[in-house]
Amino acid sequence: MKKGSTDIIIVKDLVKKFGNFVANDHLSFEVKRGEIFGFLGANGAGKTTAIRILCGLSLPTSGDLSVAGYDVYSQREKIKQNIGYMSQKFSLYDDLTVFENIRFYAAIYGLSKKEIVQRADVLMKKLQLEEARNKLIRDIPLGWKQKLALSVAIIHDPKIVFLDEPTGGVDPITRRQFWEMIYEAARNGITVFVTTHYMDEAEYCDRLSIMVEGRIAALNTPLALREEYQAKNMNEVFLKLARAQTEEVA
Amino acid sequence: MNRFWGFVVKEFLHIFRDYRTLLILFGMPAVQLILFGYVVTNEIKDARIAILDQSKDETTRKITEKITSSGYFRLDRNLHTYSEIEEAFKEGDIKLVIVFESNFTRKLERERQAHVQLIGDASDPNTANILVNYATGILNNYLRTRNAEAIPLQILPETRMMYNKELKGVFMFVPGLMAMLLMLISALMTSISITKEKELGTMELLLASPLRPMQIVVGKVFPYVFLAFINACIIILLGNIVFGVPVRGSVTLLLFENFLFISMALSLGVLISCLTNSQQLAMMISLVALMLPTILLSGFIFPVENMPKVLQWLCHIMPPMYFITIIKSIMLKGNGLFYIWKETLILVGFTLFFILLSVKKFKIRLA
Repeated sequence: MKKGSTDIIIVKDLVKKFGNFVANDHLSFEVKRGEIFGFLGANGAGKTTAIRILCGLSLPTSGDLSVAGYDVYSQREKIKQNIGYMSQKFSLYDDLTVFENIRFYAAIYGLSKKEIVQRADVLMKKLQLEEARNKLIRDIPLGWKQKLALSVAIIHDPKIVFLDEPTGGVDPITRRQFWEMIYEAARNGITVFVTTHYMDEAEYCDRLSIMVEGRIAALNTPLALREEYQAKNMNEVFLKLARAQTEEVA
Repeated sequence: MNRFWGFVVKEFLHIFRDYRTLLILFGMPAVQLILFGYVVTNEIKDARIAILDQSKDETTRKITEKITSSGYFRLDRNLHTYSEIEEAFKEGDIKLVIVFESNFTRKLERERQAHVQLIGDASDPNTANILVNYATGILNNYLRTRNAEAIPLQILPETRMMYNKELKGVFMFVPGLMAMLLMLISALMTSISITKEKELGTMELLLASPLRPMQIVVGKVFPYVFLAFINACIIILLGNIVFGVPVRGSVTLLLFENFLFISMALSLGVLISCLTNSQQLAMMISLVALMLPTILLSGFIFPVENMPKVLQWLCHIMPPMYFITIIKSIMLKGNGLFYIWKETLILVGFTLFFILLSVKKFKIRLA
């Protein structure tokens, strides 16, 4: 589609139905190259459905979608080579060592042996995991696992990385460090698409879309959203939106 | 192909790191074979009997001697009255009581017939039956030698048991065990390994990676082809070395049929993991839906021909029955492909059917 344009993800009228249930109701949005795009919403609002479609894990019912310049219907293999994905559950294998996990993910993204060893060394040095190189994942702390999971998801220098509620169940300090890593990835030119239901995290994003019951209720920068809804923080914005929606339904 | 091998290496690591399961997988054939070979046996040896001899004459003594020296029976005690019989059974160890009527030799000579009563402990009907048959056989034998001069005409059956001269039970168990263990490793282990990946959420990641779904499935299955194959070889070797179970036919053909059955079981395992997302359910399905029919409805322990018609039909839609037929045919009878092409073709059919069904299910899940 539009290669070279500043929009790296283009979604027009995305609809996804499961039987009679409409999980995504005419979503339309663009994500710019290199930005941190937040995808907010309560559980069951349709975030994960949308992210799965963008990653090529499931097909939309209708709509035009392009990810990293490739069509979601016909070029899923190309998309997969150009994205990274980290799901809510940690994506590392407990019974493999730190190095073996890195090697595995690097290998399935087609890195050569030399690249794998080089990048693994750089990565472990950066995360200060050199001494844990041959430790099993189940023996290292949760915070480390999570940072390692993110590093592994972008080990092949993807154009976009999709993070599906990456900070679930971690302490605030680790969450902070985790977001620093996200910023670093963005500085290196990787577009970050992140879903979360922590409202304080939403403030860290460049732009936000807030989903309520399968639809995008608002989409803007955190600052503009706060002004528009005359709210002190994102939590208030979210509550006002959710309330408006339920009143509409009633 | 680099990607694919990276994936296969990971799978092998999973397996080798779980050394307990590995130990069970490789220890099992040995333990099972020895159990089935020595413990689960239909042969009677040294069964304890009691004798109530009301004559105590020359003939009964001779018969008693023949019975106790046959190797099948061991004289536990002599009884003196009828009332002691039930007592002897109740105490538990006595499996058979032999009662000679009084004046045995005289009756035999004068009236040309005398009575022996064989009383079996039928709380274990199979054993009782076999013991009574053995004892009858010995009695007839004695009678024949005694009549040798008197009666001019006699028919002397000379039996020969083909393919398994000594009627060893283990000859029957080796093919059955192979079917059972290959089914277990292939279907159970693959379905668990795939559903585990789903439970952990790593399946999503694999599907979001450039690996093709086909590569994921083949990569998952690949290590188990090896494990199952090694296991099949262990069983054949152990059976041969320890129990003398022969491989009379072509070894290549035998290995090929094993490979075919493993493929069938693996595709079944993949199918199971397409139907469920939980390890536990996958395990239940594999154990109940696969193991039980493999043991009961395959001719492994109970002959298919003796079952009620409905169960016989059931047997015919179970792949293990064909595999066991094939293996017996190759190992014991030394048959070539010419005699077993039908069964082989049926196994190929099963394999293709399961693969097609899995592919279809897999696609539905992805959409």
